[in-house]
Amino acid sequence: MDTFFQQLINALSLGAIYGLFALGYALVFSVLGVLNLAHSAVFMTGAFFGLVLIDKLQLPLIVAFPLAMIGAGLVSVALEFIAFRPLRRRGAPRISQLISSIGASILLVSITQLLFQNLYGGTDAYFPRGLVPDEPILLGGLRIVPIRVIILIAALGMMVILQAVVSRTQIGQHMRAVAFNQRVAALLGINVGRVFVTTFFIAGALGGAAGMLYGLVFLNVSPFIGSDVALVGLTAIVLGGLGSINGAVLGGILVAALQTFSTAIGGSSYRNIVVFGILFLLLLVRPQGLLGQPDSTRT
Amino acid sequence: MLELLHVTRQFGGLTALNDVSLNVPAGRVVGLIGPNGAGKTTLINQISGLDHPTSGGINFAGQPIQGAPPHVIARMGIARTYQNIRLFGQMSALQNLLIGQHMQGRGSLLGAIFFSAAYRAEEKRLHLRARELLDRFGLGDSADSPAASLPYGDQRRLELARAIATQPRLLLLDEPTAGMNPSETHALGEHVLALRAEGLTVLVIEHDMPFIHQVCDEIYVLNFGQIIAHGAPDEIKHNPLVIEAYLGHEDSDDGAA
Amino acid sequence: MDSIIEFVITLLKPLGVTEPVFQFMLVSAILGLSIYLTLYTGMFSLASAGFMAIGAYFGVAATQFWHLPLGLGLIIGMLAAGLIAIPIGLPVLRLKDIYLAIATIGFGEVVNVVILNFDDVVAAILTAVQGERVRFRLIEGARGIKNIPRLTETQYLVFFLIIVGFFITRLHRSRFGRSMAAIRDDERAAANMGINVTYVKNIVFILSAMLAAAAGVFSAHLTRIITPDAYGFDRAVDILSFAVLGGTSTWVGPIVGGMTLTALPETLRAVNQYRGVFTGMVLLAVILFLPGGLVDPAGLRATIRRVRSRLRRAAESQGAT
Repeated sequence: MDTFFQQLINALSLGAIYGLFALGYALVFSVLGVLNLAHSAVFMTGAFFGLVLIDKLQLPLIVAFPLAMIGAGLVSVALEFIAFRPLRRRGAPRISQLISSIGASILLVSITQLLFQNLYGGTDAYFPRGLVPDEPILLGGLRIVPIRVIILIAALGMMVILQAVVSRTQIGQHMRAVAFNQRVAALLGINVGRVFVTTFFIAGALGGAAGMLYGLVFLNVSPFIGSDVALVGLTAIVLGGLGSINGAVLGGILVAALQTFSTAIGGSSYRNIVVFGILFLLLLVRPQGLLGQPDSTRT
Repeated sequence: MLELLHVTRQFGGLTALNDVSLNVPAGRVVGLIGPNGAGKTTLINQISGLDHPTSGGINFAGQPIQGAPPHVIARMGIARTYQNIRLFGQMSALQNLLIGQHMQGRGSLLGAIFFSAAYRAEEKRLHLRARELLDRFGLGDSADSPAASLPYGDQRRLELARAIATQPRLLLLDEPTAGMNPSETHALGEHVLALRAEGLTVLVIEHDMPFIHQVCDEIYVLNFGQIIAHGAPDEIKHNPLVIEAYLGHEDSDDGAA
Repeated sequence: MDSIIEFVITLLKPLGVTEPVFQFMLVSAILGLSIYLTLYTGMFSLASAGFMAIGAYFGVAATQFWHLPLGLGLIIGMLAAGLIAIPIGLPVLRLKDIYLAIATIGFGEVVNVVILNFDDVVAAILTAVQGERVRFRLIEGARGIKNIPRLTETQYLVFFLIIVGFFITRLHRSRFGRSMAAIRDDERAAANMGINVTYVKNIVFILSAMLAAAAGVFSAHLTRIITPDAYGFDRAVDILSFAVLGGTSTWVGPIVGGMTLTALPETLRAVNQYRGVFTGMVLLAVILFLPGGLVDPAGLRATIRRVRSRLRRAAESQGAT
């Protein structure tokens, strides 16, 4: 029973990271209607910025974390200007934007790879140990590593803040209006372009935060950690429903739970088949996800 | 030729079609009019197979067709045009008409690969008929232009030509004269009458009353998903229910879109 | 034939292209055609990588375990892919756009994982059945299969490409080919023409799978080693970029795209470490600035028309002054 709870904590904290990451996908998809496949690269740059700020510039975690988030947010905004806006202006089909984001993703990862070579002479680097106290907390027979608790708190905190921003601020209102109907929102005087930029920034910041947390819990950072989460994130949002913010979080937690428990039962080589098998089945049976709207997914 | 029997279509809480029954006799042109949002396009969609009734039956030449997929319904001899024009935009006008004749071809792939005599003969026949149709509808000069690049009126006529290319027994037209000026509208009406003279049955949705008078033998009036009147054009013109349906909608601030 | 090929290779030598590289270029050309078929029918499918893996593994099984010649290995690989494409296609092809893309990416990953775990799963089943611990090693999971003989010859590849190219040109002029294009332009209207959209899409999906599998068989007997991770998301993106770079309005486009993207890293050997940067930039640049790809007759005609009318206007204003 103890192991079960142990695994549950692991699953929840991993799920929180996945959920935070998937939120970025969901935000961009619901407001802009496009899938930003470069989001996993943004995730990775969040971890990378954090690493450099802490390791090379000796900044404390409490300062580096928000800076890394901002950095990732800005990278995300750059994506909007380079890969999405020009195609939108031209009226190109959505698929073009998808392809463009793939190209941008490859570019981003490769540039980071080169920077890694220069800074670390390889493609692996590590967060210094002990940034977050290592000593497991003993709680009723369970040994919980503090970082996992911090992840849960941080991730949940950010989701709550996001929820508040989306439902209570003016910019959140604008985002919801644009998500509902771009043309009408523009007619109502909303600066749609600015809403897009804000959305990309928030999505990027959240993705970068997820990246940082991922790096802190696993300690290993490389230019390729984006691919670890890319398909997981995709599964999470398909599971939850592509346009649904809550669905993304729910999806992230479910995927993490599936991964954690299937690893515990069968060993780590099975965890991917569980995830992708689920993704596949889901698309066949209920492509709109658990919380999504049907009929927009089939021809 | 076409019978709708108590067709109802509900979308969750919304009833788009309510117990609609109508009859389109063979060889006649029947009009379907009504204010915007009355359910006319929904009705056409039930017939062409794009959508299925929640309850009720649709019979075509005695065969039930409700619930059948669109390509099966097409093969039974029902063709349609769309309110928003759905041409194969990247393909030329000629190619659109070649595809229109899809059901008249037996085109085995092996024949195409090996340039068999049957293949060549069939292609020749299809091309010839496509050109005939283009000329008939005044599109001869645009044969090789991409369909999406044609002027609006030409596109509408091309869509009609393509529907005719499928050699239908029943033609469903969804607002074919939208965006046309009176002389273009009248010309289209002449086309429809010529088609009727050739034995084609037509069901046409329209708002343009002169066009309706020009081509229709009888009219059904739809409002809020229900048939509220049926008769010859002259009778319908003076029917108080019909007048109220149209004027009533003009008075209210914002009717169903 | 041999002398023509030798001639072509001699021409390409100054560009840094050797015969092995040329062979890989031809494999990429086949992959380009595989994705071309599905794109021509309006399907954004990224399943070619997964089918390439299926082709590779079945092809190698045929030549290595059953000691069959390459030709039979090719047929077996293509058949396996075609058969697997049927149950995959039926549900998946009902999906639209991004959902189809995601599903096909997922399919590729499922293939990947099946290959990784195949031996272990079979061993587990046999153990359960026989009651005692069984070890099963066939496809070696992540380690891959090594020492595959180099059976692929340049002329096989060229010959195959010529046949497929011919097939595709005939396809374009056939009734079936027209229905593919119709579905791409407007599925609903295509159905109204009596076209059974589901049937056409599935047939095209199967054909595309078979082509990708053929490329897999050929490539396995070139690289001499196959591992599951060579056929994952990265490969799917590579294949997509062949089509994007080359342009999808003609079947020649993806061939040009595939061959160019395969040859370039060799040509620019000095910048090999920048390969990723390069691919990413190419993809971005083409999508942003050259949306029709390298081979874009329609776009070229439009540009020529624009240039001509601009020259004409310039000449007229000169004459007026």
